[in-house]
Amino acid sequence: MYKKKYYGLKFVVPAFILYTVLYIIPTIAGMIISFTDWNITRPGVHFVGIQNYINIFQSKGGPYLASISHTFEFTIITVILKTLLGLGLALLLNKGLKSRFVFRTIFFLPYALAPLIIGISFVSVLKPDGPFNTLLTAIGLERLTHSWLTEASTALGSTMAVEIWRMAGWNMMILLAGLQMIPEEYYEAASIDGATAGQKFRKITLPFLRPSLTTVIVLNTIHGLRVFDIIYSLTGGGPGGLTEVINTQVFKEFGLGRYGMANALNVVIFIITVVIALSMQKALRGKESNE
Amino acid sequence: MNNVRTLKKIKRTVHFLFVSVCSFLILLPIYFIVINSLKTVEESRTLSFAFPEVFQWGNYTEVIKAASLVRAFGNSMLMAGVSVIICIVTGAMASYVLSRRQTKLYKALYIYFFLGLIAPVNYVTTLFTLKFLHLQNTYVGIILEFGTLGIPFLVFLYYGFYESIPRELDEAAVIDGCTPAQLFFKVIFPLLKPATITGLVLNFLGAWNDFVTPLYLLSDNKKLGMTNSIYNFFGEHFNDWNMIFADIVLTVLPILILYLIGQKYIVSGTAGAVKG
Repeated sequence: MYKKKYYGLKFVVPAFILYTVLYIIPTIAGMIISFTDWNITRPGVHFVGIQNYINIFQSKGGPYLASISHTFEFTIITVILKTLLGLGLALLLNKGLKSRFVFRTIFFLPYALAPLIIGISFVSVLKPDGPFNTLLTAIGLERLTHSWLTEASTALGSTMAVEIWRMAGWNMMILLAGLQMIPEEYYEAASIDGATAGQKFRKITLPFLRPSLTTVIVLNTIHGLRVFDIIYSLTGGGPGGLTEVINTQVFKEFGLGRYGMANALNVVIFIITVVIALSMQKALRGKESNE
Repeated sequence: MNNVRTLKKIKRTVHFLFVSVCSFLILLPIYFIVINSLKTVEESRTLSFAFPEVFQWGNYTEVIKAASLVRAFGNSMLMAGVSVIICIVTGAMASYVLSRRQTKLYKALYIYFFLGLIAPVNYVTTLFTLKFLHLQNTYVGIILEFGTLGIPFLVFLYYGFYESIPRELDEAAVIDGCTPAQLFFKVIFPLLKPATITGLVLNFLGAWNDFVTPLYLLSDNKKLGMTNSIYNFFGEHFNDWNMIFADIVLTVLPILILYLIGQKYIVSGTAGAVKG
């Protein structure tokens, strides 16, 4: 009865206007512009249908396909390693150690730092004469030293490593929250029945962790597909375009004034992200309710 | 019995040592940056872990001047501070109504906002939109954009919290003669302090650390915050590692303080995402 008056739409209006004008409208406008040849070096804007998309899938005008495949490679590997390392850290720091709170703070710290700053810092850390190689040499692994960010074989892997360094602790925190919701009695009962540590992990820990694991996997995927700052500051897409991802490509096209193409790439990453995130959410959640 | 105890002790020690070694992977790069920010240019170019011959505290005063860090700090505070207030107030208000009214329209609106949590931002057309509104390269434009970027997360964050506040409280306030605005701002909103602090800390961090938004939307160097000024400084002084690191330390310092004070809230915010 009082609902209409007290929970009126006018409370939604400020957020709705901001969000619509500065998020939804640009997103839709981008989709429309992606069907044009808008290019500041040429006069006039014409509809060209799906020409930009055809160019993307033929890599005409830039290493588009390569950047899409780098984005996938980056995403898949970082998602797996971030999640596994996060899980490992969470299990190590769930209980037992008195100093676990200090360690949690340390591992979580990189998440609070700007990815750009982490990128710039690791440019120095990963230099040929930088501290990482110094450390490798010091422990006798001199043959493993590389010019990490400029060698073709290590550049993309190095950017992944830095991203994993940055986010493993964040994965740990979310998974820790999940671990702490598991009632202790389950483990006690299992111990009485003589279950091994491995059995307890598979039969108690993992099923309980499924919601948190779903969350970190989906969010890690979104973060991976969106990657920009880390790559832009570490390699700028180099060497020879080997670490170019979709978002660095968008920025390049934007800088060249090729707005039609920049938007087409944006639409590609938009669709990929939404489709993957939603279907992952469904798949991972679906299993959960089947059990 | 004694054997079991020593075994436990050994286990615990190995556990502790292993975690310590892992934590060095995080701490060493941080140590490296701090120690090198206190060296002379020549010393810092060797990129070593060694202590400096003489601690060069002067690097900090020098970089504050060279990189115009006072202005950049002011810009960051202004942009992050105001945008956080905008997204908290608008997000909390919207989320309240959306969670209290479960009609089709309101559910659809919730999904409409939720989309912003998943889908990436199109900065190119965002720039066009700001140009159209004559807000490109202005503080107002970037503040509104930062505020907007925070809205989906806050709608989502508050949504869960509102469900834990009994509706009877609303009814009592209505019977006591509260207006809709009084009900929300005087009765409901103060109850959400934990959510609000979480939102404050996370969105402040997000705006302070955001590099890509100003990269697209702000071309006036005088308006850049600390994160983006570092990038420009890095480009101009790419071999003066001591200065770059001093700049990094000063930019991270406010964030570090916020992190240590607000850690509890950052964690509960990230963990809160699990429930969704």
